[in-house]
Amino acid sequence: MTRRPRIGVITFPGSLDDRDALRSVRFMGGEGVPLWHAEHDLREIDAVILPGGFSYGDYLRTGAIARFAAVMDEVRTFAARGGPVLGICNGFQILCEAGLLPGALIRNRQLRFVCRWVDVRVESSRSVLTEGLASGEVLRVPVKHGEGQFVAGAGDLRRIEDEGLVVLRYCGRDGAVDDAHNVNGSLDAIAGVRSEGGNVVGLMPHPEHAVDPDLGPTGGQPMFASLLASALARV
Amino acid sequence: MKFHCSVDVRLKPGLLDPQGKAIEGALPAMGWTNVSDVRVGKHVEFYVEARDQTTAVAQVHEMAERLLSNPVIETFAIRGVEAFAGLTFEDRP
Repeated sequence: MTRRPRIGVITFPGSLDDRDALRSVRFMGGEGVPLWHAEHDLREIDAVILPGGFSYGDYLRTGAIARFAAVMDEVRTFAARGGPVLGICNGFQILCEAGLLPGALIRNRQLRFVCRWVDVRVESSRSVLTEGLASGEVLRVPVKHGEGQFVAGAGDLRRIEDEGLVVLRYCGRDGAVDDAHNVNGSLDAIAGVRSEGGNVVGLMPHPEHAVDPDLGPTGGQPMFASLLASALARV
Repeated sequence: MKFHCSVDVRLKPGLLDPQGKAIEGALPAMGWTNVSDVRVGKHVEFYVEARDQTTAVAQVHEMAERLLSNPVIETFAIRGVEAFAGLTFEDRP
């Protein structure tokens, strides 16, 4: 019998989606391992998820305080060794603040919290979130955030695009990227980016809320399948 | 010695400031139709206990760089690091 990949999910003060992330890991056939922000211990996991929520009340900047949590030293080391690291929503914001991903996330263009289903287009299959997915594939997942507008300096944005670090873009059902489907005004409609190695990925949408067909669309399934496969490849 | 310190954090010039835009949008309704380019930043104040001013300034600079601002989207300016002899809010009985 093959070993089930151990996927850690970190709980920070103010995390909300840690339970859903753990449940989705189990639903997709992995072993969910709860991790605590204050501990210097990743419990021999094969991949780690930084879940959504409002760590430290989003004070100062989203993710700005959580990035200094004790567990983040271990995440940094794990990432440097090529370990799969996935940041969802607030987790994405934390990874950007930590400098593990390029860019930053600021208040939505329309200044309103957005909570709805969106379609995202796979731009790169060279990431632990999209391995085995074809570029151009469209997945339906929900978003729920007030500060999800992806921004970067002009030089950084050029590098992100030139090196193919964009993993997902907001799009229409047919995959067309246009301003009408850009839910938060992100530069180049960027919904998710990866590190140069592809093992660190962050995205604003919530794949962990879209794996169970009893609860709606299942655009999160292929993403979790990819993460679990990437984690298993390390076992 | 105790130093009163203040740091301003601003969004970089090239970046769209949604908060500034919202304020700008509200002003004409109040009669101010001659306002443009509103941008919102943060002003942070605190006290630092240090040997001398140079030490305090160096610490404030590092704090601003590592936590108070995000160099990807923001710039910061140290507004003041001044010797303070009075009681701070926390010193009060």
